Amino acid sequence: MEEEDYSSDMDDEILSSMWPENLGKESDKQFNIDKPAADQDMLDEVSIAEEPSIVDFKRLMELTNFSEKGSSQLSYLVKQWEHKQANAFRLLNEQIDILNKQKQEAQLKELEILEEHMFEADNFVGDKRPISILQDDYAFGDATPIFNKDISICKNKWQIDVEHDSIEYWKERAKKMEKLLDESLQRENKLQEKLQENLRVLAKETSPVEELSQILRRADNFLHFILQNAPVVIGHQDKELRYRFIYNHFPSLQEEDIIGRTDVEIFTGAGVKESQDFKAEVLQRGLPAKREITFETELFGTKTFLIYVEPVFSKTGETIGVNYMGMDITEQVAKREKLAKLREEIAVRNAMETELNKTIHITEQTMRAKQMLATMSHEIRSPLTGVLGMAEMLAHTELNEEQQQLLGVMISSGDLVLQLINDILDLSKVESGAMTLEATNFRPREVVRHVLQTAAASLQKELTLEGLVTEEVPSEVIGDVLRIRQILTNLISNAIKFTHEGKVGITLRVTSQPSFAENQKDRKDCGDLSKYSKTDTNTQQNDTSLSQNGGLGGDRSSNDVSCVIDSKQCRDTQNRMAESETRPLSSIDGDEYLDIDSDDEEKIVWLHCDVYDSGIGIPEKALPALFKKYMQVSTDHARKYGGTGLGLAICKQLVELMGGRLTVTSKEHCGSTFSFVVPCKVPKKRTCDEMDNDLLYDMPLSECEARSDSTAEDDKRAYFQFKPRTLGSLFSSGDAAPRSKVLSAGKIDSNHTTKMNGIHTGYMFPTGESTPSSNQNLSLNHDVDKQHSELGSDYLTGIENVNKAVNDCPSNDDYQHLQITHSPMTTEKDTTMRHSQESQDLKLSYLAHENQGKMQKTNQKPPENISDARQMQSRPKILLVEDDQVIVMVTQSMMKRLGHSPDVVSNGAEAVQAVKTNNYDLVLMDVCMPVMDGLEATRLIRKCELSGNWDASEVARACKADCLMSIHMNGQTSPFPRKRVPIIAMTANALAEGIDECYANGMDSFIAKPVTLQKLKETLCQYIPG
Amino acid sequence: MATVDLQQQHNNLINFLYEEGFLDEQYTQLEQLQDESSPRFVEEVLSLFFDDSLKLLHNIETTLNKEPVDYRKLDAHLHHFKGSSSSVGAQRVKNVCITFRAFCQEKKKNGCLQCLQQVKQEYYLLKNKFEDLFQIERQILRAGGTIGGTN
Repeated sequence: MEEEDYSSDMDDEILSSMWPENLGKESDKQFNIDKPAADQDMLDEVSIAEEPSIVDFKRLMELTNFSEKGSSQLSYLVKQWEHKQANAFRLLNEQIDILNKQKQEAQLKELEILEEHMFEADNFVGDKRPISILQDDYAFGDATPIFNKDISICKNKWQIDVEHDSIEYWKERAKKMEKLLDESLQRENKLQEKLQENLRVLAKETSPVEELSQILRRADNFLHFILQNAPVVIGHQDKELRYRFIYNHFPSLQEEDIIGRTDVEIFTGAGVKESQDFKAEVLQRGLPAKREITFETELFGTKTFLIYVEPVFSKTGETIGVNYMGMDITEQVAKREKLAKLREEIAVRNAMETELNKTIHITEQTMRAKQMLATMSHEIRSPLTGVLGMAEMLAHTELNEEQQQLLGVMISSGDLVLQLINDILDLSKVESGAMTLEATNFRPREVVRHVLQTAAASLQKELTLEGLVTEEVPSEVIGDVLRIRQILTNLISNAIKFTHEGKVGITLRVTSQPSFAENQKDRKDCGDLSKYSKTDTNTQQNDTSLSQNGGLGGDRSSNDVSCVIDSKQCRDTQNRMAESETRPLSSIDGDEYLDIDSDDEEKIVWLHCDVYDSGIGIPEKALPALFKKYMQVSTDHARKYGGTGLGLAICKQLVELMGGRLTVTSKEHCGSTFSFVVPCKVPKKRTCDEMDNDLLYDMPLSECEARSDSTAEDDKRAYFQFKPRTLGSLFSSGDAAPRSKVLSAGKIDSNHTTKMNGIHTGYMFPTGESTPSSNQNLSLNHDVDKQHSELGSDYLTGIENVNKAVNDCPSNDDYQHLQITHSPMTTEKDTTMRHSQESQDLKLSYLAHENQGKMQKTNQKPPENISDARQMQSRPKILLVEDDQVIVMVTQSMMKRLGHSPDVVSNGAEAVQAVKTNNYDLVLMDVCMPVMDGLEATRLIRKCELSGNWDASEVARACKADCLMSIHMNGQTSPFPRKRVPIIAMTANALAEGIDECYANGMDSFIAKPVTLQKLKETLCQYIPG
Repeated sequence: MATVDLQQQHNNLINFLYEEGFLDEQYTQLEQLQDESSPRFVEEVLSLFFDDSLKLLHNIETTLNKEPVDYRKLDAHLHHFKGSSSSVGAQRVKNVCITFRAFCQEKKKNGCLQCLQQVKQEYYLLKNKFEDLFQIERQILRAGGTIGGTN
């Protein structure tokens, strides 16, 4: 087969591939070489750098001798050479044959000619017949394909003209023949020469080594040509993985550094060992493999190579080494990695996007749900208040016991729903950012007291409520009092709810700025202090005069009894306070005022408030979820204690809204402490005076002592305590009588009770009052039993009369302090009852005093006076402020029924006037009125009470001048503070916010409209003894 | 006998007023306030209420008919009206006032006008009923009887 192929190809294909046939078919040979003529030129043009390849020739020989591939390649080359040889031999033989033939023909021809000559001689005499001798054509071309061009063959026909058979002719003929013969001989020689030459050439060309090496060189050249710029390393390593051959385009080592060494011997670094191992593995397995290896060597830095290693087998099939080829793919790897990273990033981004979309979707839904909830809550609230209002009204009708009970449940459930709705509204307000905080001046002590009082009022358990405000707490700060009160109320009611015995209390102190708030400071600072500084100037005058007069003041209401603080401790440890007091106040001029102003500007205190209880506590695992919405410690608790589960969440949000923190610590079965810190601004300059007032306010007892002592140190430590009373005696649902005899803790009414506990109680649990002691705290025990309270009320009436008497007598000064205090106790809490006589004496000792700072003890007056008073039984003075005539008429009638005949005025401005000129024991104030509303009027009254200056101009400024009938009271007005008249709001807006507004404006309680006899009676009982 | 009939009639009318929601518990309050010292207390209060309300209605109407409507003023009137009506226990009037105020706060004039008609209607209805009632009461008193409670 092959023979035939080659023989047929012989003409046009001289050289065939040097590569083994078994590598593949013709079409996909990996190594194809063009025809020599064409490449030769091309290869001539390229310069081939021979250096890169380093060859161990000895090894190559060995390889060619021993390796299978090498031998097969050799044998193929030999075979090919043999073919060629045979071919050439055949050609030559053919040529020789041709030549021989020609020679024979030529000889034959010669013979013929000679014969002819002889024949001619024979026939010269006789036969003249013409004979044609060379009839056949000689065509050599067919037989000699290669050489026919060179050989010219005569094709002439020799024709003998018989007719010219003459001697000349024959002679001529002989000559011609002679010539032809010569030519033929010549040709023969030529051919012979050529043959010789051909043989020579053939001998030269057919040397096998030469041809082989030529082929190899060509292949080598090609390889070099191709590889010269390729970033590849090609090498062969022997069994021990020592380099025997290496081609490296970028050589960095000398031949002697590589040949005969292994990878590990040549370089060090990451990847070297790996590649060595890889090669060893290939060697061992006998299978070619590829791998990507990253090198990090000193030699060429960090590079990644794709390495192909194939084993080399010996003829016996043993591996004797490896061929390896490496390509630098560092950049590709980098690109690939980059791409992978990009892809990864894209994936991550996509995931994030999806997540975000999901979140957005959820948020949207949540928002919508919240919006919906808020709207719904609002919508529900209106009719619900209607339902509740009706139910409460129903409660005041005549019902049998069962109905009462049912109604009680109905109302408490309704209240719970209302509370829940309010909570939801609050929460959504905070969450939506709609909740805004107001900055108002308020007194932390009062707030604490108030919250405790309110809680005590609705207390249904035997718990002690206590409150402690440390001395360094400023008497007045700026903050959102409504919200703070809300938080405190929430926490306290929560504490009460989960406490069955022991105590619940509030501690308020000043703390250093917490770490979490340091960044927030700036934000908090930018409040509006300016608002307050304006009013400062207004009250400045008053304040000063007040201070000048020794700061006389006192308790203005029976309620305030509950928070009496030892006047000895009426000291402020704060320097500023002391300063302002020791300073000759009359000399305060503008400059100094400003001075103080700038000193105190923008001062922020962090109030730390603990609300602690001795209740059931909170298990540790429940703490994290505590502030979450709708969360309660367990469903079990929820069942047992009820509640919306929103309270704490709201507290937390509110505290955070104020820039504070709410935290909790708790021990199960021992109690919990909820603590929050909130920043509050301290009002400027005015603080000093306000603090004075506050002191007077909160610690009216033996005020004068403090003043006369005029000690430098003041202590504003306030302690309140509300002790549980026996439940039985507190029932005052139908009949207010028992309660009327109890000195009320005040500021309580049924509606508020409802708010606190979610349970409507027509009755309440008046509690004791605060109990400071001889050391630091003056204890004021109000823990009287019925008998005592009866006495107490008697005192009151008596005192009232004294008070009146004193008041009526101008010479006896403007100022009376009605002190409904009880015995100062030696210790705080174990307040045991003293004898009534003793308390009586003590009480009376503080009854009245003069304004000049001198104490005028009136304790000598008493018993008879009291009995007188009892006889007189003068009615308490009540002022009704209401613009609606119908309501006036109804209320008046009810009052009458209750044995009172109130004065009536029809707007706030008139009310201020009336309060100024008369000492009322109680004011019922409509909230919504023309000219001046109840809130504003109350504010004014409170202010005037404090300052003692019922300056008409201020009132006039505050309301329209034309509606004030006559304001020229300066002569009459006392420049001193006086008793705080209880003001009770009459409002149709009995919702929490409206009520809070009332409290915030200085009102003490409220009656929800429409006023009923029952409500009126209950409220009056709290404030009007007897 | 006549007084008993009259008293029966009186009670029926009062009961009707309660049942139909014209009156609520607040009216009971008024009745409770009526005693020997002020035997005509309810009548006095209600007369005051009706007089007062007439003025108020007039004011409301004037306010509402003046363009642009001063809703704040209107609200003040309504607040007043609501307060006094709730104080006498005129429940239906009060309820309309509540609705009226809602419209007023939303500044919906149409609703306001509608409510005005409604509240007027309620007002006159109540007034008529009470005129009847007082008529009966006077007759009872004249006959020497007493006006009992509704219960």
